[in-house]
Amino acid sequence: MNEKSFLPLVHGESVQRAAIPRLTVPSFRAAVIEAVSRGNRIAAFFGHPAENNLVELIAVLADDARGALATTSALAAETYPALTPDCPQAHWFEREIAEQWAITPTGHPWLKPIRFHAPYSAGRKPCFPLAGPGLADYFQVEGEEVHEVAVGPVHAGIIEPGHFRFQCHGENVLHLEIELGYQHRGIERRLRKAPDKKTIHYIETAAGDSTVAHATAYCNVLESLSSARLTAAVQIVRAIALELERLANHAGDLGAMAGDVGFLPTAAYCGRIRGDWLNMTAMLCGNRFGRGLIRPGGADYALGDAVITELKSKLDAAERDTAGAVELLWQSGSVMARFEETGVLNAHEAAALGLVGPPARACGITRDVRQDFPSGIFRYAQIPVSTWQSGDVFARAFVRWLEIQRSIAFIREQLPMLGGGVKNSAVMAPLRPDAITAALVEGWRGEICHVALTDSEGCFEHYKIVDPSFHNWFGLALAMRREQISDFPLCNKSFNLSYCGHDL
Amino acid sequence: MWNIFKARTRQKYRTYDYPRLEPVLPEMFRGRPVLDGQPLKDAGRVVQSCPTGALSAGKDKTPRLDMGLCIFCGQCEKACSGQGIKFSREHSLAARRRADLVLAGKEQKLADALEKNTLRLFGRSLKLRQVSAGGCNACEADVNVLNTPAFDLGRFGIQFVASPRHADGLLITGPVTKNMELALQKTYAAVPEPKIVIAAGACAISGGIFAGHKETCRGADSLLKTDLLIPGCPPHPWTIMDGLLRLLGKL
Repeated sequence: MNEKSFLPLVHGESVQRAAIPRLTVPSFRAAVIEAVSRGNRIAAFFGHPAENNLVELIAVLADDARGALATTSALAAETYPALTPDCPQAHWFEREIAEQWAITPTGHPWLKPIRFHAPYSAGRKPCFPLAGPGLADYFQVEGEEVHEVAVGPVHAGIIEPGHFRFQCHGENVLHLEIELGYQHRGIERRLRKAPDKKTIHYIETAAGDSTVAHATAYCNVLESLSSARLTAAVQIVRAIALELERLANHAGDLGAMAGDVGFLPTAAYCGRIRGDWLNMTAMLCGNRFGRGLIRPGGADYALGDAVITELKSKLDAAERDTAGAVELLWQSGSVMARFEETGVLNAHEAAALGLVGPPARACGITRDVRQDFPSGIFRYAQIPVSTWQSGDVFARAFVRWLEIQRSIAFIREQLPMLGGGVKNSAVMAPLRPDAITAALVEGWRGEICHVALTDSEGCFEHYKIVDPSFHNWFGLALAMRREQISDFPLCNKSFNLSYCGHDL
Repeated sequence: MWNIFKARTRQKYRTYDYPRLEPVLPEMFRGRPVLDGQPLKDAGRVVQSCPTGALSAGKDKTPRLDMGLCIFCGQCEKACSGQGIKFSREHSLAARRRADLVLAGKEQKLADALEKNTLRLFGRSLKLRQVSAGGCNACEADVNVLNTPAFDLGRFGIQFVASPRHADGLLITGPVTKNMELALQKTYAAVPEPKIVIAAGACAISGGIFAGHKETCRGADSLLKTDLLIPGCPPHPWTIMDGLLRLLGKL
């Protein structure tokens, strides 16, 4: 990475925005592509309005191996040469930039809206016709025996809305196009000029099943901008809540995958066990999703000795139940026959797309924010990274099982460190003006990245939320190629991505 | 095969004996707010503490709380130190009419059963189609959990079905985004008459935290005639179950 092109960022620390290198568009493009080709990853890439009706492009790159972040910027007018042809990771980010700020990345191979809303910059002409979702042009395959299958936005189960277009040849899927945007409720737009009394609630509802992870990332951003120092107890409680969130969702996902192959024992048990984990979060703060638990400067929890003792016994019981339910999967030939070699992604594809979380680790990529960019208590208590090599549905299931075991061990280790139910919070000073800060948190789906730019008043000039689903949706599309359409539900569950976290 | 039997004996029978037994909720659970009808001290500051505008105060400074907008964050209780507003652990919250969700120091009127003729149709078998319309997926998750053995909604003849054509009504979550409005209307139209509509969660009742966004409507209640409103953000599974059973006259 060329030192002059990038400003090193320490994860969770803020720096003055003036220090961000301002490159010309061609050098910005070259620098990002070169850095990615040397193993960096795009954690965030977004635009925001700058002077003279221009748009400032900002990229935040992550070097997982070194645990280092770097940022750079450029000013773009109405068009700029797209990065995507040389850097596939950028494709979804560039579609987002085009939609939000009405600037066209020329040469982008598939320029379409991702959320279907009018541009944020008033008076600019949108890059594409403003049709609603479900009315756009789709990638189409033509030929003998080719047919198209359209699914959604209202699906057959209790699940968020999204639209899927399969191009099939008989039973085989040649291509799947994923179209989202149905859940777009304007969170990012409403975070400008924040923080105010609604902000934390927007963050907590960015993706309801990742409330703890998003709230933690947001609080890390705020605490960095106000130089707040947290007590160890608060850091431990946040980490325990984060791991409980992972446990609940991983257990639920394994049950859902079992349900999709018609293996009812695990499906039934895990459905219930997921609730057992959620109820432990509710013991901490009263809400099953951790609403209200994590707040800037602290955490709002009640942990008397009685609650800690009860949590320990519930942890033991849930561990026994989870193990009993999940291990049935690996012992059942009929399940393994469906899991193995279904929806295969190889490590090369996963790396090129910049996948994060369990889908990346299931391809053998050791990428985990808790290891690579540790914050809070994870700096002192490491959780080993769980990987598997085969990149199929089995790998994505098995990685979850490994993570379940390691998260339980972590909580068991951390619980005794808490005691007396101390409530404490740091005093939040006004936010540092004209600064940029990035915070990464390993949510249960993968890396959650929040980037804040503050203005001269110390309010958010722009606040960027990158949910892990943003990186991973295209991974699902790729995993479906050459598969049978009947395996789509199973593949989809093995990723279990967020619609609302993507749509914001 | 033997492992499956062994696992079954170890996992035991775990369906909670509801409604015979009251559900056990955690110590910190925030259920129905209790307003004691006394004027608030420093009413302006307490009202301002509410992120969704659910709280207002009359001329005499007595609080009014709209549970349809409330996200049960507990900020108002903190702001008045429990002097005037307190969250109880009561999980029964559902109402049939929007006005019944507004608390002002009086007992809440909980949902009563469907009218006699409708009840005869749906009382023993109610098939619902869930439509997720722009929420954060927490309501969906806690509706979904009712199908697990712990709650076993099927015992009461209530089931979620895969198509609106098979359904007696809709259970809607989320504020209904503009991008989802048409799909919701089409789904509603596809449900055969007579049909019922249930709005679950603050978003579906009023738009919740997203009320007033240009990207969203103000909930399903602003678009369709609703028969049951279940407050919460998200409503606890017991709250949803309680609402459904009240609607069917089983509680």
